Amino acid sequence: MTAYLSIRNLTVTLTGGTPILRNVSLDVVAGQVHGLVGESGAGKSMIGKAVLGTLPRALTISTGEIWLDGVNILTLKPSQRRQRIGAIAALIPQDPLTALNPSKRIGPQITRRLVDILGWSKQVATARALELLAEVQIPDPVRVMRTYPHELSGGMRQRILIASAFAAEPKLIIADEPTTALDVTVQKQILRLISDMQTRHSTALLFVTHDLGVVSKVCDTLSVLYAGKVVEDARMHRFFMRPIHPYSAALLAATPTYTDPTGSLTPVSPKVIKAVEQEIQEHDMRARQ
Amino acid sequence: MQDERGALKRPLGLRLWLSGSWLTLLFFAALFAPLIAPKDPLMQDLFLGRMPPFWESGAEPGFWLGTDSLGRDVLSRIVYGARLTLIVAFVAGVLTCIIGATLGLIAGYYRGWADRIISRFVDIWMAFPPILFAILLIAVLGPGLFSIIIAIIIIDWTRFARVIRAEAMSQGAMDYVASAQVAGRTKLDTMLSEILPNVLPTIIALLTLEMGIGVIVEAILSFVNLSISTDSPTWGGMISEGRTSIHQAWWVLVFPLITLFLTVLSFSQLGEGLKDRFDPVLR
Ligand SMILES: Nc1ncnc2c1ncn2[C@@H]1O[C@H](COP(=O)(O)OP(=O)(O)O)[C@@H](O)[C@H]1O
Ligand SMILES: [Mg+2]
Repeated sequence: MTAYLSIRNLTVTLTGGTPILRNVSLDVVAGQVHGLVGESGAGKSMIGKAVLGTLPRALTISTGEIWLDGVNILTLKPSQRRQRIGAIAALIPQDPLTALNPSKRIGPQITRRLVDILGWSKQVATARALELLAEVQIPDPVRVMRTYPHELSGGMRQRILIASAFAAEPKLIIADEPTTALDVTVQKQILRLISDMQTRHSTALLFVTHDLGVVSKVCDTLSVLYAGKVVEDARMHRFFMRPIHPYSAALLAATPTYTDPTGSLTPVSPKVIKAVEQEIQEHDMRARQ
Repeated sequence: MQDERGALKRPLGLRLWLSGSWLTLLFFAALFAPLIAPKDPLMQDLFLGRMPPFWESGAEPGFWLGTDSLGRDVLSRIVYGARLTLIVAFVAGVLTCIIGATLGLIAGYYRGWADRIISRFVDIWMAFPPILFAILLIAVLGPGLFSIIIAIIIIDWTRFARVIRAEAMSQGAMDYVASAQVAGRTKLDTMLSEILPNVLPTIIALLTLEMGIGVIVEAILSFVNLSISTDSPTWGGMISEGRTSIHQAWWVLVFPLITLFLTVLSFSQLGEGLKDRFDPVLR
């Protein structure tokens, strides 16, 4: 099993030197789903952005390697890197409201990707876009192609973004909390849809979430991130049976499970937090030496 | 699944109609002035001085809005005056807009050193009193059409640059821009095809506002006789002349004043109306 995306010792810092990601390593195997779990602010989105080359200006990659399809993309020139990433990777964003251009109709926003990345003609791209919209179960795709984003509900927009992410048949998709901004009832449908699409297109998927319950449903492997550091890297089954890191165990105890949804939950204890903080401080000390 | 906003097309607003009609009327009046103006705007006839408008007793047939103290036809002078007014409004407005909006867009989207240079330049520029700058310029270049236009650009380009920079910056932080980057598009392409359409409503509102300002500036400069040569009629010049004979012939002052007021008002209303129509979320 070779990794399609392999992040090695990635350290990302704020311009002042404050680390945001600490020596992160993780692998996403071709055709499989890798979960990236951690509380809000842990740096999950920044991992995705580092891979896709959309890090905010204030952040820089100080060390590390990002191997995508056998090439360390950090060694490429920016223009080459952009083209390479565009050809093989795509993003399903967290907020479906700001991820579509408000002043353009849906149709051109999807076909544009096909024209740009695959070099297709407008007509072929339009035909394919209609197919894709049908595939993500959007009723009346012809009409939806002509609407503006604000005319559609959050769930519909997210379906469109999923269609758009899969449009150019990328080998890797990064889904950054794709259901967080949605209603609970819609969340399940969208999750199911992403999972189905992933299986059908056998895309590698890096699934970012703060919800272990979601991870247990869709992922093959996972990494647990705390304050920019990977504290546990595991296969799904083993993780839920026997988490190794105390923070992972605490996180698991704080998450409702599907086998026992009514079971009692334990908040992550201050002792565990303190232990992890300690570990991270030691890591930073070592890094400085 | 779909809310009703999309289906509900708002009718063309009243203010858009009124302001648009007035400006269209003015535009054609200016374009076809020789055909439309009933008299030669420069022709003096001292025997016909200070004739009242048509509904008052003692009005002279053919001089609809009366005559000034030199016997020149007020209506014809207003029609010819529209030419200079509109040239200044359009040329100065469009140039100011192109310069300011381009710099603002680049600074707001590219950020980095481009932003640092442009923003510093705007700050320094605004530290000078620009009005002084403009008056100095007219003193050097001499009064005239060209000087007025340059003066307006000098005073106002920073407004476009600042407002558009802020808008481009907030649009640039949106996920759809990141998506365009991930799809391998270049920064220039992203700026023109993703950011610009979203900033366009603001650009249009600022542009029409600027045209209104152009009308006022031109009127003020002709009022103080710093505009183009005195023999071609201008609204500001007419107001200035009419002021001296307000008690004997109010119409010489009032008609150009009303025209000026309506025109400035129309430009600002047109801007607001168009902004709404161009905004896909409000549309
Ligand atoms: N534009 C930015 N400038 C500086 N720091 C940022 C910026 N965006 C995010 N950060 C910091 O990076 C850290 C990780 O953020 P993020 O990856 O968004 O967390 P999450 O795990 O919730 O996705 C946060 O602590 C946040 O303060
Ligand atoms: Mg996030």
